[in-house]
Amino acid sequence: MATKILLEHANVPGIKTYEVYRQNGGYRSVEKALKGMTPDEVVEEVKTSGLRGRGGAGFPTGMKWSFIDKKSGKPRHLVCNADESEPGTFKDRYLMEYIPHLLIEGMITSSYALGCNLSYIYIRGEYMWVFHILEKAIKEAYAAGWLGKNILGTGWDLDLHVHCGAGAYICGEETALIESLEGKRGNPRIKPPFPAVSGLWANPTVVNNVESISAVPWIVNNTGAEYAKIGVGRSTGTKLFSASGHCKNPGVYEIDMGMTVYEFMNSDEYLGGMMNDRPLKGLIPGGSSVPILPSHLIYKTAAGEDRLMTYESLADGGFATGSSLGSGGFIVYNDTTCVVRNTWNFSRFYHHESCGQCSPCREGTGWMEKVLHRIENGHGREEDIDLLWDIQRKIEGNTICPLGDAAAWPVAAAIRHFRDEFEYHVRFPEKIKDRNHFVNEPFEKVKHLVVKQGSVSKS
Amino acid sequence: MKVTIDGQEIDVEPGTTILQAARMIGGESVPPAMCYYSKLKGSGGKCRCCLVEVSKGSEADPRPMPKLMASCVTGVMDGMEVKSISSERVVDARKSVTEFLLINHPLDCPVCDQAGECDLQNLSFKHGAAKTRFIEEKRTFEPENIGDKIQLHMNRCILCYRCVMTADQLTDNRVHGVLNRGDHSQISTAISKAINNEFSGNMIDVCPVGALTDKTFRFKQRVWFNKPYNAHRNCTKCCGKTTLWMFGNEIQRVTARKDVYHEVEEFICNECRFDHKDTADWVIEGPRKFEKDSVINQNNYTREIQPVKIETEHNILLGRDQDRKKISMPAVPLKREEAEIYKEGNV
Amino acid sequence: MEISNAKQVINIDAALTARIDELLSHYPADKRKSALLPILHEVQDAHDNWLSIELQDKVAEIIGIKPIEVYEVVSFYTMYNQKPIGKYMFEFCRTSCCAIRGSEDLMEYTCNKLGVKEGETTADGLFTVVGVECLGACGYAPMLQLGDHYKEHLTKDKVDALIDDCRAGKVELHKLTITE
Repeated sequence: MATKILLEHANVPGIKTYEVYRQNGGYRSVEKALKGMTPDEVVEEVKTSGLRGRGGAGFPTGMKWSFIDKKSGKPRHLVCNADESEPGTFKDRYLMEYIPHLLIEGMITSSYALGCNLSYIYIRGEYMWVFHILEKAIKEAYAAGWLGKNILGTGWDLDLHVHCGAGAYICGEETALIESLEGKRGNPRIKPPFPAVSGLWANPTVVNNVESISAVPWIVNNTGAEYAKIGVGRSTGTKLFSASGHCKNPGVYEIDMGMTVYEFMNSDEYLGGMMNDRPLKGLIPGGSSVPILPSHLIYKTAAGEDRLMTYESLADGGFATGSSLGSGGFIVYNDTTCVVRNTWNFSRFYHHESCGQCSPCREGTGWMEKVLHRIENGHGREEDIDLLWDIQRKIEGNTICPLGDAAAWPVAAAIRHFRDEFEYHVRFPEKIKDRNHFVNEPFEKVKHLVVKQGSVSKS
Repeated sequence: MKVTIDGQEIDVEPGTTILQAARMIGGESVPPAMCYYSKLKGSGGKCRCCLVEVSKGSEADPRPMPKLMASCVTGVMDGMEVKSISSERVVDARKSVTEFLLINHPLDCPVCDQAGECDLQNLSFKHGAAKTRFIEEKRTFEPENIGDKIQLHMNRCILCYRCVMTADQLTDNRVHGVLNRGDHSQISTAISKAINNEFSGNMIDVCPVGALTDKTFRFKQRVWFNKPYNAHRNCTKCCGKTTLWMFGNEIQRVTARKDVYHEVEEFICNECRFDHKDTADWVIEGPRKFEKDSVINQNNYTREIQPVKIETEHNILLGRDQDRKKISMPAVPLKREEAEIYKEGNV
Repeated sequence: MEISNAKQVINIDAALTARIDELLSHYPADKRKSALLPILHEVQDAHDNWLSIELQDKVAEIIGIKPIEVYEVVSFYTMYNQKPIGKYMFEFCRTSCCAIRGSEDLMEYTCNKLGVKEGETTADGLFTVVGVECLGACGYAPMLQLGDHYKEHLTKDKVDALIDDCRAGKVELHKLTITE
């Protein structure tokens, strides 16, 4: 059972082109909104839908829209965040690459709701071919009269352009993205003021994820109430998950919120179980920033309930026994994975991507990477594990933007759930010399070597 | 607007930040600030030294703020309650930030011209640990020559961005900036361009650490051996109000006048700073006062100084006498067998 | 910041100027700086995939901003190269999802085959191999980026074939025609 909202026409041949997209009902939401609805009515529909930001934070989109400053009379902007860079996440790319007009349609309808006349799609520089796909699609939309002056004779003008980044994860943070769009270094801004008041060129600005904006046409066409019927509780609608790692069928899937993690992982329609049928060791359900779940907390919550693919259920138990839906980057790890190595890998990523503006993140991410690198390469000391814990604790919550938290959480979760693996690395350096140490000899087989010395549980 | 900081209430104008309110109260509750600079627009929020706990958001919305807030960029609300030094979380965060700022810092205070008037040194005295937990190799940068007036020591920089803002807001052609990213970010001109704008010297004054120092003062003196005097001259470019750092009758350094938070009162031009090292060029107003815990105060001349009796000669002679006794053999009684050996000359 | 002493022939031709003007037109007239990132991409593509200081100065002049503003941006973003690189730059994703699917082994294989270390360029100036962070192709790992293309589901055989294609001049780096 799965409703197709975003990927409904993904497999229609030629859907990339304007003609085919239009023949399949494309741009109907623009007609419906512009001809029959006030901007506020569109905002209301999105509010009713319960749609939550699909970029990672899960903030209700309609509410975000309602914050935009309309009183100041300054020009307003809608900026689409297509700087998808969270490791494990590649859903937005899929949408833009295969159904570019859906995003453009969503941008037009959403810009109308917000009263914008100049909007941008900020795409990461590495997706250069997708940038060209979008440029072409935008030209087609201009030619067909969906963009430009006096759209559908309503007197409303909208210019939409695509802007490309150039390799910086931090530009996925909305204020860094705005800085980058202004042609500067991607340094996140200090908030407040929030973009809704002072964003792009100090004008009121809303920044939304590709997937959030792409859901708007369906919501306008079918009403927010219909959208809210899909899903469970406050997790309404459908969600794209991008699956990677050691599962049988990696890829992008649209599912109704509320499916069990077990079904998503094991049904042949979705991930089809584990690659080579090896045991499942860990799962990151929402992109690299969210805590890794050890195998016993994946299908069931700590309370023994089925873990569902919803914001609430994936977060059940807090960070002690839960995780977060995040961006929907579903990374599956089997027993050959070294959690220490993987954590070092993530730490290297965050170290590399830290903008360097605020001290805890600039200095702390590098420190964590160095310590993890030592442990992974057999030069760890027993006290390094507690040191790591302390560094991540000192970064978390003390930085300008969420990158600090994102760097801290994976380290915290790895120590919390896989402390014995760290201890193994520290105590048996000769056994981890080969980078594929757990491929050759999975941790389960050597676990008995690590004598539990009353490890401190720090959750 | 009423705001309470560590239990002390104060009335402030709307738009005041928590840090400014704390400075109005003064004392122990004032958070340290390494990057915020009231005279530079857009400064602050970066170093995270001034984090405070907002235990009550406002009268209208009394919920506490979940995260610690950077007090320099957080505006006060009516009825807000803030914990600065009284919060364990805050003290812990300050320790954390201090540790982060120090892990890659060269700790070369003994050869650093900024020592004695360095905000990072003060911060470490207050919140630093005695021992480092950082055993990795420290990050270093290639030296870069940015002209004959200003010395850049990138290894000491804490990336407060103050000098960049100074160049942006005081001069019309900024040639230096922050290059690269993350912990490799650095202050640089990229192509070793000389920074020679008429107001560039102010970069030295705003720098909280020893990253930008006065080349004309380099290695000349420890600042606590200088006697600072307020002085002025008629200057067509700036206010002409400065502090002269004297050693005897020699002007060793000229800086802008700084307040208790080490912020300049008024920016000065390079001519005043670098080109007038003759006392005849200045009208000297009188000695400057310093906050009581400043290192410079150790050399304080404003209070009455007890005469010190110098007994060097006496002490030296005393020592020599003792030494002489130890090494002149006949004065030290020998054991019998030793005496025999001594007599036989079989040593 | 890395400064290369290598000489670069600067050639902002009519086509490139037209493209720059088009990009500038996407932003309000008083916000020309906003076009900096896209313009740098275009200029870099037209200049052997790197940006010398002289070229960066030229871009600053075209947009009407200070040179330091361009240096700041170029040195911040990883896609701008500040020194000459090989004609074909293999950028292997090495972040978790690719790493656990063998990207490290594959990059090592490629380096050995070409006789270079990670980050180096072959003596003939044809290939550069670098490890980069997540490129957003996690489900199609291991993968690499070559110009504007992604090469996914890589194997050693595919890398071999790709190297051969590059040597034979059969690989188009930029300005791909979009196929439906």
